[in-house]
Amino acid sequence: MSQLNSKIPEGPLDKKWTNHKNNINLVNPANKRLIDVIVIGTGLAGGSAAASLAEMGYNVKAFCFQDSPRRAHSIAAQGGINAAKNYQNDGDSTYRLFYDTIKGGDYRSREANVYRLAEVSANIIDQCVAQGVPFAREYGGLLDNRSFGGVQVSRTFYAKGQTGQQLLLGAYSAMSRQIGKGKIKMYNRHEMQELVVVDGKARGIIARDLVTGELERHSAHAVVIASGGYGNVFFLSTNAMGSNVTAAWKIHRKGAYFANPCFTQIHPTCIPVSGDHQSKLTLMSESLRNDGRIWVPKKQEDAEAVRAGTLKPTQISEEDRDYYLERRYPAFGNLVPRDVASRAAKERCDAGFGVNKTGEAVFLDFSSAIERYGREKANVEGIENPSKDKVMALGKAVVEAKYGNLFQMYEKIVDDNPYETPMMIYPAVHYTMGGVWVDYNLMTTIQGCYAIGEANFSDHGANRLGASALMQGLADGYFVLPYTIGDYLADDIRTGAISTDSPEFDEAEKLVKDRIDHFMNNNGSKTVDHFHKRLGKIMWNQVGMARNEQGLKQAIEEIRTLRDEFWKDVRVPGSPDGLNPELEKAGRVADFLELGELMALDALERSESCGGHFREEAQTEEGEALRNDEDFTFVSAWEYTGDPGKANLHKEDLVFDNVELKTRSYK
Amino acid sequence: MKLTLKIWRQADPQAKGETVTYPVNDISPDMSFLEMMDVLNEELVNKGEEPVAFDHDCREGICGMCSMYINGEAHGPDRGITTCQLHMRKFKDGDTIYIEPWRAKAFPVIKDLVVDRNSFDRIMEAGGFVSVNTSGNTQDANAIPIPKEDADEAFDAATCIGCGACVASCKNSSAMLFVSAKVSQLALLPQGKVEAKRRVLNMVEQMDKEGFGNCTNTGACEVECPKGISLSNIARMNREYLSASLTAKD
Repeated sequence: MSQLNSKIPEGPLDKKWTNHKNNINLVNPANKRLIDVIVIGTGLAGGSAAASLAEMGYNVKAFCFQDSPRRAHSIAAQGGINAAKNYQNDGDSTYRLFYDTIKGGDYRSREANVYRLAEVSANIIDQCVAQGVPFAREYGGLLDNRSFGGVQVSRTFYAKGQTGQQLLLGAYSAMSRQIGKGKIKMYNRHEMQELVVVDGKARGIIARDLVTGELERHSAHAVVIASGGYGNVFFLSTNAMGSNVTAAWKIHRKGAYFANPCFTQIHPTCIPVSGDHQSKLTLMSESLRNDGRIWVPKKQEDAEAVRAGTLKPTQISEEDRDYYLERRYPAFGNLVPRDVASRAAKERCDAGFGVNKTGEAVFLDFSSAIERYGREKANVEGIENPSKDKVMALGKAVVEAKYGNLFQMYEKIVDDNPYETPMMIYPAVHYTMGGVWVDYNLMTTIQGCYAIGEANFSDHGANRLGASALMQGLADGYFVLPYTIGDYLADDIRTGAISTDSPEFDEAEKLVKDRIDHFMNNNGSKTVDHFHKRLGKIMWNQVGMARNEQGLKQAIEEIRTLRDEFWKDVRVPGSPDGLNPELEKAGRVADFLELGELMALDALERSESCGGHFREEAQTEEGEALRNDEDFTFVSAWEYTGDPGKANLHKEDLVFDNVELKTRSYK
Repeated sequence: MKLTLKIWRQADPQAKGETVTYPVNDISPDMSFLEMMDVLNEELVNKGEEPVAFDHDCREGICGMCSMYINGEAHGPDRGITTCQLHMRKFKDGDTIYIEPWRAKAFPVIKDLVVDRNSFDRIMEAGGFVSVNTSGNTQDANAIPIPKEDADEAFDAATCIGCGACVASCKNSSAMLFVSAKVSQLALLPQGKVEAKRRVLNMVEQMDKEGFGNCTNTGACEVECPKGISLSNIARMNREYLSASLTAKD
């Protein structure tokens, strides 16, 4: 096994990034005009990177499969974005944000990367406000904050439940300005199909124009992958329907190592599955746990009655409710990190206390928050001895102002009024901490090929804290990659434009064409979704919230069989020469069928429990996760060998000089 | 539920489209409208026919990609939602449902229910931004306090998802609600005020170039807007535009 070079700069933790910036190579403004950079994906990471690189003078080509860069799935992020501003004077600092993130990630992330993330977090808020992002404000005109799971300070900036939307529209507007200037050439409705590597360096891509079906060759001096996470391997997830692993997987097949694929985040507060027709799951922002209390009935017979529809949750008295998070974790209560909250919900439901028809749901109740806010408001308005109805009406207005769009969303989907009866929630796949392995400069193991945002693995370890994904996406795109990419590109100023007329481009294009031809001529008997749903079931049952050796081995076998069947029997209708959504899906599911196996293999290899990865063999007597620092304080970086089941494992040892590895406790 | 769907099918931008009738059975009232379309498409593929192409992505009402004109209304009969948030419980067993793409000169059909909305992107490129470069030295985010009312009003305008329902609903195919939402958001914030005049002039010029119609204050856009963007934004844009036209220096 080779050693991976993470290129972490020398020096004390809080000086590493500054020193590194001072020492890396720069490209002068005139030379930047001679350099092309391809960016795949236009979410927070890709959009902010494309805009920043173009502002600096590089020629950027940006690609997205949606009809506009504004629709990337970052737009759906709800709750907020963390930054160590300490505006609330609650003792926050760069170090604390760093420490919370390392601890939240269960000590499976890189110290230097996480510290840098915390360091640039404050700049992000400044930048976004300057762009006209309308964050929530207090009456004094200053920015408001809320708190999120896994921390004890209020450092989350937000724009109602639409923070991702507002931040993405900020990045999109910065992109629009550069598109207007011609510094970014935007390719909407295009999907990257293959990476082109020339002399060991990433030099371009093959993209398919999804409208005409044409395969196009695009060359560049560097390729940046910002294509997001791979949660859709589970079929049902909170990701958008089109979210996929294809760009990341294609570079993996070309030599980029894939790190910690088994680290997936199952988010505790999603709307439960209602039936087999379900195409996706909807998240209810974690910010709801600020004010909502999670419970199930204490008595099994009450749970059964709720499931049968003969008992309403509001009829269950206070003493017959089990606020299990507050009971198990008094220090953090409803604000424990996501992995802990998800497993606790599963535990209660498995024990027979689940509450909707399927028995897979718990209550998220706002009645005490509505009352608390109502009393506060009554005081502010000077209403003496308000009636209960008045208090509730005032409280509802406050809750509506805070979470209105989330409550509306819930009501539209479930047809139930969450102001009157508690919401029902259940965990769902949401985010993937694993991803393409990158060094400190965010470069993959392919020269000149970078991965940023959710597509890389670097900052969240085994579990991501709430409001940290937006922070990482924008940190990578605005403040990290634009600097570090120069270090590599400084050697390319005399290279000149890269020709697309080369054997490497020919070969890559042929690979894509052959794959498309296979799908079109397969004459199989089952739809793409048929295979995707079956893959999802395997992943959710065996590689989901709890995993064990036998189940993982079984999953690997099942996925291999399913993959063979897919290639032999998938049916793709229509023509390749035009818009063909089934063909697009087929290509994505083909990659998920390989990734799924690697995830199971990675989970099998890591026989400890950490963060979102819970191995049933590694737990304490109370059912808490049992980490094994002695044997597993490393990043698993997998090298593709032609068969995902036979990938080579490389280990990057994680060194903790600044924090002490502790058992994560939220009790 | 059993339903009869009458869906606009058009092979490509040049093709002459037509309405095709499809019966669907076993539709659950808990399905979303797009899940109902998934059921139809699965059936069509199994029969060896080409599925209906439609735009969709997040399926939670925020990306703005889905765009169906259902029974003569953008995003269908419910209010304050996108097509993906419409549920089949809004329909009755035996209903006939007409499904068409957005219809506007500036939104040409690509295939079936999929239209090209890049005209919106080009309007944004003409001025929908604050000209500020990325820099780690921007002034502190709290350096300029912004009255909560202004920030909230800017936010309300900024929640536009760019779906185009306003254009599809308008008898003139006007894009005034979309453009005015962005103009308003940035005009209400001190960061956006600096170039407010240039912005409104450029964005309106581009809007006209794209072939969108004029606003005649009917208000259908506001009713059909999934995000409840207010008509008052159009009034604000008209005011901004008038003052900019009278006082702009170039």
